[in-house]
Amino acid sequence: MSVLKREKTFSLILLGALLLMSLAIIGCGGSEKQDADSQGESSELSGSITIAGSTSVQPFSDVLAEEFMVKYPGTQVNVQGGGSSQGITAVVSGTADIGAVSRELKDEEKAENLKEYNLALDGIAIAVNPANQVSDLTLEQLKNIYLGNITNWSEVGGSDAVITLVNREEGSGTRGAFEELVMGEDAIADYAIVQNSTGAVKTIIETDKNAIGYISLAVADEKVKSLKIEGVEASADNVISGQYKISRPFIYITTEEPTGLVKAYLDFVLSDEGQAIVVEEGAISEILK
Amino acid sequence: MKKNKISEALVEILLRISAGASVLAIIIITIFIFYKGIPLILKVGIVDFLFNLDWSPTRGSFGIGAMVIGSLAVTLASLVWSVPLGIMTAILMAEIAPHKISGILSRFVELLAGIPSVVYGFFGLIVIVPFIRNHLGGVGLSVLAGAIVLGIMILPTIINISRDAIAAVPEEYKVNSLALGATHYQSIGKVILPAAKSGIITAIVLGLGRAIGETMAVLMVTGNSTAVPDSLLAPVRTMTSNIVLEMGYAAGDHQTALFATGTILFIFIVILNLAVNISMKAGMEDGN
Amino acid sequence: MATKGKEKIVTVLFWLSALIIIAILLGIIGYIVVKGISVISWDFITQPPSRAGKEGGISTTIISTIYLTLVSLLLAVPLGVGAALYLEEYGRKNTRFGYVLKLTAETLAGIPSIVYGLFGFVFFVIFLNMGWSILSGGLTLAIMILPTITRTAQEAIIAVPQEYRSNSFALGATKWYTIKRLILPAAAPGIVTGIILSAGRAVGESAAVILTAGSSLGMPLSVTDPARTMAVHLYMLAMEGISMERAFGTALVIIVLIIFINYLANLSLRKVARQ
Repeated sequence: MSVLKREKTFSLILLGALLLMSLAIIGCGGSEKQDADSQGESSELSGSITIAGSTSVQPFSDVLAEEFMVKYPGTQVNVQGGGSSQGITAVVSGTADIGAVSRELKDEEKAENLKEYNLALDGIAIAVNPANQVSDLTLEQLKNIYLGNITNWSEVGGSDAVITLVNREEGSGTRGAFEELVMGEDAIADYAIVQNSTGAVKTIIETDKNAIGYISLAVADEKVKSLKIEGVEASADNVISGQYKISRPFIYITTEEPTGLVKAYLDFVLSDEGQAIVVEEGAISEILK
Repeated sequence: MKKNKISEALVEILLRISAGASVLAIIIITIFIFYKGIPLILKVGIVDFLFNLDWSPTRGSFGIGAMVIGSLAVTLASLVWSVPLGIMTAILMAEIAPHKISGILSRFVELLAGIPSVVYGFFGLIVIVPFIRNHLGGVGLSVLAGAIVLGIMILPTIINISRDAIAAVPEEYKVNSLALGATHYQSIGKVILPAAKSGIITAIVLGLGRAIGETMAVLMVTGNSTAVPDSLLAPVRTMTSNIVLEMGYAAGDHQTALFATGTILFIFIVILNLAVNISMKAGMEDGN
Repeated sequence: MATKGKEKIVTVLFWLSALIIIAILLGIIGYIVVKGISVISWDFITQPPSRAGKEGGISTTIISTIYLTLVSLLLAVPLGVGAALYLEEYGRKNTRFGYVLKLTAETLAGIPSIVYGLFGFVFFVIFLNMGWSILSGGLTLAIMILPTITRTAQEAIIAVPQEYRSNSFALGATKWYTIKRLILPAAAPGIVTGIILSAGRAVGESAAVILTAGSSLGMPLSVTDPARTMAVHLYMLAMEGISMERAFGTALVIIVLIIFINYLANLSLRKVARQ
């Protein structure tokens, strides 16, 4: 391009960049949250909200959000992962409007005065590779495997192979629930493989014949084998009846009484339509029963 | 005339601000990384933080010793195979191969450098990990897998910088050596390489820096267990993976511990860079 | 002669090492092409992901990648080129400020991307309350590519022959005029090469992006919207086992984009050489 045009373009770009920076820094800030709360009386829902947290809840949030946005075009529901603990941090710090958690809140977290909304119940399936001969374990055996006291499948009735232990990361709600329900105060063996989502754990179980891991019951399909614990099969009915003991709630949390777009979304999720989606995606609805 | 003077001065100020942006950025980054990380290091004690092998943040134990070992293990294992390969290729490109072929090789190396780390991690996860699991043993997610993937990623750094160092050796050295009756290879081995030594070491050090800092690819293939790896086939967690895995945890101390890991990485890289700078200066003074 | 035999072996070894490297590169790219090509279709490129990426295409991630890269370039290029001009044309290179700048630029270049991600998360996302957004991601990426742009711009500016400047001043032109009309145009190809290379880096970045631009699947409309880039999408698809075929497809699109960017950079580089 000609010299004149080049210089004009350059100055324009420089100006544009500076403008952009200043506009953005002034213009954003609390704008996301303001959108969410400013609905009030208008029948037209618009604006955007962010849900952040548990990776177990994320696939549900994704589908629920998709349906919600179809119902109310002009709205935007953004779904982030990061883990249950990050969900709590995000909502407390204001980075997210709704936090997604896949375990009961701890005492110190409850102290933050968060509003909780149970969107579903989910069993935690103890899964192994379909080729694994073992089909059930007692809670004691399960705990010992995760403590590192049992290291070979032959010790629990399987073939002679070293157990590949799979764990979740520290901030995971699934791990938190598992630890509370199975491990108690004791620590999981440190040689366990650690993956940062339910999906990643499932991938290892699918491909490693000797792997064992805990995953959201909602995603347990025919590619993995869910073990019976204490003789009880991991199924939705058994979770509801309480016979299958390893389960946890999926909770949406907010820092204050929800209004506007946040309230609309939560209402949708807890409605029959929303709960039907929850069940369809594999979790358990306490509302629809 | 006056208008010109004002606009000139304005331009200079604008440009000075641009230049200051880099400095400002690094000042802010340094402040934040240290501000967020140092409190925990002080609380736990630097020795305990670095050398304690027990990482259990929920129980109040913040030792990243196992991760430091993990980072070092994977990095060193990657250097072991990529450095010889890289230097040999660099010598080939700079001294032996015909110009056209060197050019083509350059393009290949460029492409290798351009592929994002997630893609390497993905390939590692799909191909390398199962291969190790099925043919070598263990889970597949291992030090070895990390070393292979990392090695591939730092090859371009090693090749490019080594090749530049070799090419920078003055022509007279080679000419004189050949005139004295040495063969091409003897000249390479006894004259050119020693002369390029500091550049090649720089290449290795920068490769090391890049390897230690790599996150995504390593996260995908090393298994991330918190135990110290006892063999090449054992799973391992690096300092970088540690940060990504547990980011954003609610408890203040845990999050600060992750920042502290970042701080340590930051300090380490800065020291590495300074060392490279100083040695490069020394290398130049050696009369290259 | 004994040495001749040894030298033959060494030659073979050297060529072998080059061959290994080519094999690695072609092997990786080839594998991804073979596995990913079946997913690639017009729909894949133009449809957004649905059901968390299990179905649908990757259109929003492609847009997000381009959007994020452009924003980071828009921020980094003026600053980087400006810094380079300041150092080279205003004679500040050899002062203490110049030395400090060189040191900081080099340090910035060596910092691992995860540290940038941490910083971006704490500073832009939380402290400045920009949330997970293209803006947070763009600012973080801009800092990451700033050193490269500054350095390549510097080299390009240095390469401009001194006569341009001396002739211009002799004719009475001001400094800025000289820069604007003569030096920048002459240095443009070199600067552009640096920009293209930095764009390539931005496209592939994942650790820093996932912590700052987020991983939300929607179409980003403004800079305050979160965005999932292709690199992040690949990471999530692969790690969570959501859809291996789509993961391959995404990887393929990324590689094609990188090859294209490399090609552009080479064209630009040849323009520089021709000068």
